[in-house]
Amino acid sequence: MKKFITGNHAVAEAVRLCRTQIVAAYPITPQTPIYEKLSDWEAAGELGGIMMRTESEHSAMAACLSASLAGVRAFTATSSQGLALMHEMLHFASGCRAPVVMACVNRTLAAPWAFWSDQTDSLSQRDTGWIQIYCEDNQEVFDSVIQAFRIAEGVLLPCMVVLEANYISHFMEPIEVPEQEQTDRFLPPVKIPERFDVDNPSFVAPVVSQVQFEAFRHLSYEAMSNALDVIEEVDRDFGDHFGRNYGLVEAVGLDGAELALVTTATITSTARVALAGLREKGHRVGLVKIRVFRPFPTRILREILEPVPRVAVLERNLSLGREGIFCSELKAALVNSEKPHHVQGYLAGMGGTNVDPDLIERVVIDALSRERVSDEPIWMMEKK
Amino acid sequence: MVVKAQSRPAEVLRPGHAGCPGCGHAMGMRMVLRALGNRAVVVVVPSCVAVISGPYPYAALNVPMFHSAFEIAAPTAAGISQALKIQGKDDIPVLAFAGDGGTFDIGLQSLSGAADRNEDFIYVCMDNEAYMNTGIQVSSATPRYAWTGTSPMGNTRRKKHIMEIMAAHRIPYAATACIGFADDLTAKVKKAKEMRGTRFLHLLSPCPTGWKMEQHLSPKAAVAAVETNIFPLYEIFGGSEYVINYRSKGLPVETYLSLQGRYRHLRPEDVKSIQAETDRNWEELKRRV
Ligand code: SF4
Repeated sequence: MKKFITGNHAVAEAVRLCRTQIVAAYPITPQTPIYEKLSDWEAAGELGGIMMRTESEHSAMAACLSASLAGVRAFTATSSQGLALMHEMLHFASGCRAPVVMACVNRTLAAPWAFWSDQTDSLSQRDTGWIQIYCEDNQEVFDSVIQAFRIAEGVLLPCMVVLEANYISHFMEPIEVPEQEQTDRFLPPVKIPERFDVDNPSFVAPVVSQVQFEAFRHLSYEAMSNALDVIEEVDRDFGDHFGRNYGLVEAVGLDGAELALVTTATITSTARVALAGLREKGHRVGLVKIRVFRPFPTRILREILEPVPRVAVLERNLSLGREGIFCSELKAALVNSEKPHHVQGYLAGMGGTNVDPDLIERVVIDALSRERVSDEPIWMMEKK
Repeated sequence: MVVKAQSRPAEVLRPGHAGCPGCGHAMGMRMVLRALGNRAVVVVVPSCVAVISGPYPYAALNVPMFHSAFEIAAPTAAGISQALKIQGKDDIPVLAFAGDGGTFDIGLQSLSGAADRNEDFIYVCMDNEAYMNTGIQVSSATPRYAWTGTSPMGNTRRKKHIMEIMAAHRIPYAATACIGFADDLTAKVKKAKEMRGTRFLHLLSPCPTGWKMEQHLSPKAAVAAVETNIFPLYEIFGGSEYVINYRSKGLPVETYLSLQGRYRHLRPEDVKSIQAETDRNWEELKRRV
């Protein structure tokens, strides 16, 4: 069935269709409509699961991960400060191998205060051991939440589906929403370990020795590496069920390209339009969208970028003292390539400023004509 | 008197825990768990309780348990309890042990949130009146004048009144208990187990290491705390109905203070002031009944 809904509403629809058993959440702009929509459905008796209205995001994640360890399907949604407050529990969820699913609506982190799109909140959680999927539009958000439960429960690691403030969270788009039975066929009822079994007692997360800690980290590392295959397999199967899929990364027009523009999330949609125009004008430029950030799809990125001499990374986030975070990650992925690449970072859209086709054209022209790459990112700032 | 083996209740805390000799926490946990039984899920958070529970691959407790993070004993227990209900296992109680730091200080917000929602679990605050697990630092449960590593001249603040805070949440049940009165403690755990919603036990458990006293003195100190009215035994039903469970002998506070090295520096006027505060608190409690 087609529905004309916001990205936040799409998240809520997916959470309901996935027969999520526990939702624990706390309000924060711009995530709140997800929390409200699920509450409306709970009040109307249309949500299969229960809602826990905790007194903070930190407690929301505490409740989600413990419920998940008990063996139920758990979900939360947050943004920005709320995600930062959760930070401790994000490590904990991953370390306990609790397959919690979260929607993170990207929003600027204070200070200064602002409410617009910026990816630094979710990217700051890079090392917490969560799978991270960055979405381009409402349909992809909806589909990725459904995929996320199967991925998380398959590898026993938590999964974060990332959508941007306003550009997705509050913008309405027509999306395809499947029937319950169709979703059930793709996502079977939850079947994860029940870790608190009175007939077979065990101790979850006890104190361990140095050697044991290292061994547990290695197990988590293997699970996360293995997640790359699982994500691809789940995505392929999703395609078989619903006729749409996304891949770990997406490449457009790389054949014979002199430059690959690398983007994530909503900037990708604009880039599709801008690049099509540039190719018509004869510029040899292709597009690479990175969808899955953790685990990082190193091998596939290296393969598809192998024949492309120049790479420009355009992104809406910043690691102070370095550059855009996707750019650093991509450089690290390409460092062992046979042929060296010129990789130039560009920052745009910071704080939710608009990234229009004209800005993207300027980035591409700059990257194609640049004699030397700069180690510093180039700021494409909007005029005040 | 010879106690027949079969008349002893089943132990949930197994021999070989990792606490100090004479630890009041270990005694308290043993009593609480024996009353609770082993068809329950137990949450512990960083504190001596977690140390006592044993390092991997050992487990001192014969129940499924989870060592959660410091400030979230309550929402952890709430999450498990909600999950068990969804799975149709409503008959399995969830009990959380947290220390005084994890309850009075860093965990107070999340405890308040869970109590406000009247989440269904038993919360036992194991109060040894300081951060003992990190080596004796002051908490808001540390009594006035008590020495700790971060109150070397004696604590200047009064002990936070956690029972009043919990009563203000109008939870179904809150009670004080201590290891010096095992029958009272056992009865309270059993009573709590039969109830639903947030149930809170404030359990005073003397710590020979942190209180600077002989290892064998934990039970004696616990009895003295009650008999001097420093730690009265009472229950609060629904946040307003107070019941005092034990009429103490009303012994002078020195009986309790003199057992402990952490009060060694007290001047006579300090003891007087502790006595006066204790008397005031006791009168106030009696007024509430
Ligand atoms: S420090 Fe105190 S509470 Fe902790 S294990 Fe030792 S005696 Fe018990």
